[in-house]
Parts: sequence; structure tokens; C-alpha cells
Amino acid sequence: MAKPLLTVRGVETFYGKIQALRGIDLDVNEGEIVTLIGSNGAGKSTLMMTICGTPRCRAGSINFGGADITQSPTHEIVRLGIAQSPEGRRIFPRMTVLENLQMGAAVSDPKHFDEDLGRAFKIFPILEKRQGQRGGTLSGGEQQMLAIARALMARPRLLLLDEPSLGLAPLIVKQIFEVIRDLNANQGLTVFLVEQNAFHALKLAHRAYVMVNGRITMTGTGSQLLASPEIRAAYLEGGAH
Amino acid sequence: MTAATQQSQAGTDYRRIFIDTALTALIALAIIGPIVGMNATAPQGGLVLEYRWTMVFWLVAIIAAGRLFLQLLVWNRPAWVEPIHIKRTGAAAIAIGAVALLVGLSNMDSPVGFLAQIHPSLAAWMIAFGVFALVLGIWLMTSATKEIAEARGAQTGGLMRAVEPYGKYVGVALFLIAVVLPFIPGVDRRIVDLAILMLTYVMLGWGLNIVVGLAGLLDLGYVAFYAVGAYSYALLSTVYFPLWFGEGITPWTFWLVLPLAGLLAACWGIILGFPVLRLRGDYLAIVTLAFGEIIRVILINWYDFTGGPNGVSDIPRPSFFGIPFSNDENGFAATFGLTYSPLQRIIFLYYVILVLALITNFVTTRLRKLPVGRAWEALREDEIACRSLGINTTNTKLTAFAIGAMFGGFAGSFFATRQGFVSPESFVFMESAIILAIVVLGGLGSQIGVVIASIVVIGAFEVFREMAFLKAIMPAGFDPVQFRMLAVGIAMVLIMRWRPRGLITKRDPSIYLKEKKAVSADLVAQGHG
Ligand SMILES: Nc1ncnc2c1ncn2[C@@H]1O[C@H](COP(=O)(O)OP(=O)(O)OP(=O)(O)O)[C@@H](O)[C@H]1O
Ligand SMILES: [Mg+2]
Repeated sequence: MAKPLLTVRGVETFYGKIQALRGIDLDVNEGEIVTLIGSNGAGKSTLMMTICGTPRCRAGSINFGGADITQSPTHEIVRLGIAQSPEGRRIFPRMTVLENLQMGAAVSDPKHFDEDLGRAFKIFPILEKRQGQRGGTLSGGEQQMLAIARALMARPRLLLLDEPSLGLAPLIVKQIFEVIRDLNANQGLTVFLVEQNAFHALKLAHRAYVMVNGRITMTGTGSQLLASPEIRAAYLEGGAH
Repeated sequence: MTAATQQSQAGTDYRRIFIDTALTALIALAIIGPIVGMNATAPQGGLVLEYRWTMVFWLVAIIAAGRLFLQLLVWNRPAWVEPIHIKRTGAAAIAIGAVALLVGLSNMDSPVGFLAQIHPSLAAWMIAFGVFALVLGIWLMTSATKEIAEARGAQTGGLMRAVEPYGKYVGVALFLIAVVLPFIPGVDRRIVDLAILMLTYVMLGWGLNIVVGLAGLLDLGYVAFYAVGAYSYALLSTVYFPLWFGEGITPWTFWLVLPLAGLLAACWGIILGFPVLRLRGDYLAIVTLAFGEIIRVILINWYDFTGGPNGVSDIPRPSFFGIPFSNDENGFAATFGLTYSPLQRIIFLYYVILVLALITNFVTTRLRKLPVGRAWEALREDEIACRSLGINTTNTKLTAFAIGAMFGGFAGSFFATRQGFVSPESFVFMESAIILAIVVLGGLGSQIGVVIASIVVIGAFEVFREMAFLKAIMPAGFDPVQFRMLAVGIAMVLIMRWRPRGLITKRDPSIYLKEKKAVSADLVAQGHG
């Protein structure tokens, strides 16, 4: 059966005294797209950051590809093959597109650089045209593409995407989701996707989790959740169809 | 009807201008009155307040007149005045100013010149008037030129933007001048000394640029590393090296201690780095400021080791790789068959600091293209993103502190050997502030910007020292040297007003793709974010 790539067990994360995650269990299997949906402040970004080691969880364990990474420093976790496109893109505004991509390749072997760069430019041709432009002067959609491309430069086994559709036009959102589907189908990339745009995310994902107030309240395949009346009421009605 | 409205508007306008001028005068009086008008002096016992109301009157009058001038001729310019008139006025002012300045300067030192016969301080007044007319003329010219260009719809960007594409050539030109400087005819000891001072600050600026400009870590205590370098050389060369290796080592100490001093400073950089790893921005600035003061206070109080406030003296001068610059048969001049001149050592020092500074520049520009240098810049931009890309931010910060500190240490050693004397007084906060000002004025992260800013700032200092003519027209006891910081402050305000992000804002990418993508150069838009 499917091999688990990432397993999260009983993870609890605190910001000072505030508990943001209250015992999270979650699996991402090799080759899957898994999505996590939930309302604002549910703790989705916190979970994503906890997987990467900042902030650290106070209880529970995180396992990636057979290695326990609960206590590993962030830069080592990334070296193991988890790349992240964090919430709000966080590209380097004063550096050029090319330099941003180069930073993404910080952990990978320099001899792959040209090949990976070519691949990134093939996925997002606009970035090739903009390669000498400063990151901060790109449009929002271009920045998001850059953030994803930058994460891909690390040759990850698992790609974490936090709200890639944030603030983008429906057409661009579609384009980006298309890219994610393509990377997963053709290159076997495993993707863990946090989304507000529940409709698109559930359609795209193999499996999905719903988070409420730091707890996982529901899980199932994407289509199951899409069909669930509760999900429809909470996340889809009146939302973007 | 319309004419009447206009008239009444014009009438109210003048009233407004009058009120505005009066207000300006009042504010000026409130500020200048207590500061300039009352001077506490302490002649024999007791504090006495001395009043200088005439001076206050003149200052306030000057300010009010200037404001009135701006109100009438700049902000509410009559319709018949066109930009071209202003441009011509500016040109005339420049011409008159230049003539006055030249006449004044050529008569300044001769008490028998024709100017001096009319009035003893006329030459000085001519110089002052010339400088004022020049500045006014340049301002009128540039603002009018800009206005004319804007009216034509052309893009305006000021002088610096026009010069920026040629930055590389400016760098090459400065380098060539620097290499031959001591041999340019007319260059005397004073100028070489000044150039050494400037190069020391260039080097310090480049070192601090790594920490502040590239890694984005605001360090207000950089002078601490300068001090560590200086005291390392001072103590090792006067006490410990002779003790460990005998007196014979002395001619070589500078070359042996230099790397050690850099290393020690780098260690101190790491020692400072560890506690501040998690701090950013203002908090980091305050802790580094404290660090700089701690080092200075230790230097003052650890009397047995550092000599306390007296410092360390008789520090060996550098030798020409073992050959001393002395006036005997073993000296540099005799060895190379030259006639002895004290200038030889100065010129040698000049080349030492030039080479040290160039090494700093070379290393920095190289590092920028290596992973660690790129990581510094990325760290400055976004620390969280850096971490999520697998960059070890701890190491990145520590290397920035260590390497920046190392160059500070080299510069400190050089300072010690040049002065032959060090004391804690040379390492006050003011020094950190000046170095930081150089980096910020130059445009954070810009190498050539640091050079230009050093020349401007250190030059401004020295120019003030030279302004003897001010003494002639100011009240007795006026010492222009005491106004150096004022000059630097004004220069800083002006630069920050016109170039808020520093003189050079262009940032060269550290990576380009090979020629086949050269087309995209057109797309390289300059961001202002
Ligand atoms: N650095 C922090 N310090 C204190 N509390 C925090 C911090 N970051 C997040 N929180 C709190 O933790 C909770 C979860 O935040 P998180 O960012 O994980 O939500 P989210 O599910 O990603 O929300 P959104 O969809 O709006 O991005 C929120 O209540 C938030 O206020
Ligand atoms: Mg979030």
C-alpha cells in the first residue's frame, strides 16, 4: 500500500501560553496531494511551520521518510527534502528572480542548478522573462509562481504550500493548481497544501483534513469532503465555486 | 469681478506670507534664543550667564529673510518669472561666487594684498560670500533645469541617477587615482595623510557594510572591533612579542600581528554574535551599542593590562618587510639607494592601507557571489524565508559578524601602527556613528557608495579644519574645528533629503545567465521598493 512519507502524531504547539495545535494526527503518503482546510486562525500555518521546526512542538512526534525530525533544526529538515512555500510568499524583494531561485537551491547540489533552473523556467515561463527583475517588483501572481519555483529548486520529496492562491485572480489560481496537479502526476512530487480556497483544493487533493481550533475534525478523500453537507455549509456555500 | 477676486486673493496672500514670516522668526527666536543667546561661562569661580542678543538678532533676521525669499520668489513665484530666468540667475550667481571665491582665496594669506588694504577681513568675507553664492547658484540652476525638463515631460532623476550607469568607471577611475596619488605633483604630506585617513574609513565602512549593508544587522558598536584590533597590535608588539620572541622580532611584528589581530577581532565578533542571534532591528542596535561601550570601559579600567586612560605608546612603526624606515645605513632609503625622506614611511603606510582596503573590497565582492554572501543578503530580506529554504541562519549571522569584525580588526592594527599610540579615547561611540553614517550615506550594501561617502564625510571634516577664513569674520574665539560635526550633520540631512536610500542605490545582481539571455537586460526594471 501507500508508503507514508510524513507522519504527524499528537503534535501540540504553543505560542507562549496560547495553545495553537491540540494533538494533531496526520499522514501524507508518497505521491499524494493532501490538503488541509480550515477557517482563519485554525492553526494551519502553525502546523506547517511546526513540521519545519519553527516553532517547535511541545508534545508529539513528527516523522519524515523514516527519520524522526521532531527535534531537528529547520535547516536540516529542509536538507532531508521538505521544501516550503510559506504563507505570504516571502520572496526576497530586493534580489532578482534569478537570485531568488538560486537561494532556493541553497541546499541542493550546485551541479543540478542549470537543470533545475531550466525545469523551473519550463513550468513558469514568465519567470524566465522576468529573471533579471527584482522580486519585489513582480506582480502578486508572479511572486507566487516564484515562491513555488524557489521551493522546487531544492528538489524536495515533499512540497509544503501555504495558501498559494492567496489574493490571486481566479485564472491564475487555476493555472497554479494546474501546475501542482501536473508536478504530482508527472514528476511524482508529494504535496501538502494548505488552502482557504476549499473548493479548488478539495477537487485537486487525493485526501483532505479539516482543522478547527487546533484540532483535526474531519478527514477523507477530496471528493468525500466535497460532498459532505457540513463542509459545504462551513467552507463552500457562498464561497468561490 | 474676476479681477477683483484675484486682487483680494493676492491681498490675503501677502497677509499669509507676512504671518508666515513672522511665525518663522518667532520659532527661530525660540530655538536660537536660549541656545545662542545665553552662554554660560565660568570665569574665576561661579557660573556667569553671558548674553549675545546681537548674534541672535542676526541669525533670526537671516532665517526670516530666507523664508521671505522662498515665499516670494520660489513658492509664490510671480507669473512673469520663468524657469529660464532662474536658471540664468543661478548661472550668474555661480559665476560671481566663483570669482569672489578665487579673489578671496588668492588674497587670504597675504596681509599686504589689495583687499587687506581696504579692510583686514575683506578677503575672508569674499570667500564666505563666494561659497554662499556658489551654493545658491547651484541650487537655482539644478532646480530650474529640473523644472524645465519636467515641463518638457522628460524624465528627471537628478545627477546621481545620471551618473549611476557609469559607476563602474567611477570605481576604476578612483582606483587609478588612488594607485598613483602619492606621486601626483603637488601632493604633499598633508594630502597623503588625509588620504590614509579616508582609506581607513573606507576599509571600516566596507567591513561594516558586510554586517549592516549585506546581512542587514544594525551594528552600533562596530568601533569595538576596531579597538580590539588596535589594542591587539599595540599590546602584542610592545609587550608580548618582545617577551616571547626577543627584541629581534620588532621589525616584523606588524606583519605577524596583523592576521592575529584580525582573528582576535573575529572572535570578538562571534562573542558579540551569540547573545544577539535572536535580536533584530532596534533591539540588536541597542545591544551592539552597549557592547561597544563595554569594550571601551574595559579598556579604560583594566589598568594593568591596557594601560587604562593613558593607553599604550611607543608602538613600533611598520617596516618595509623587515627594513625600517630610518635614516641610517640599514634603513629603507640606504638599502634602495634613495635619499632619506620622512615621506617614504607615510607613502608606504598609504600603500599598506590601500592594499588592505582593496583586499577587503575583493573579499566582500567575492563573498557576495558565494553561497554565504547570498545567504547574508537573503537574511537581510527575510529571515523566515531563509530558514524555510534550509539556510542555517545562526551560522550566517555569525559569519557576517566575524568577517565584518575581522576587517575592523585589520583596520585597528593599521591605526595603531600609524599613530604609534592608542588610547580608549579613539574608540568612542562617535566613531561607530561616523562609520555607520558612511555606510548608510553610501547606500546600504554599495561598495563604491562607501568610498564616495568616506570622501565626503572625512573631507567635510577636514574642509572645516581648513576654513581659516571663518575665523576672520566670526567673533573672536570661534574655532571652525568645533563645527565639524555640524557640517557632517548638514551633509547627512541634505543627502538623506535628496537620496533617502543613500548615494548609490543600484544593487548589482550576484548572478546573471550567460549571453543567450542577454535580451532580458531591457526588462530589468529598477524597483523602488
Ligand atoms: N507568532 C505567534 N504568536 C502568537 N500567536 C500566534 C502566532 N502565530 C499564530 N498565532 C496564533 O495561533 C493561531 C493559529 O494561527 P495560524 O496562523 O496557524 O492560523 P491559520 O489557520 O494559518 O489561519 P489563516 O487561514 O488565517 O492563515 C491563531 O489564533 C493565531 O493568533
Ligand atoms: Mg495561515
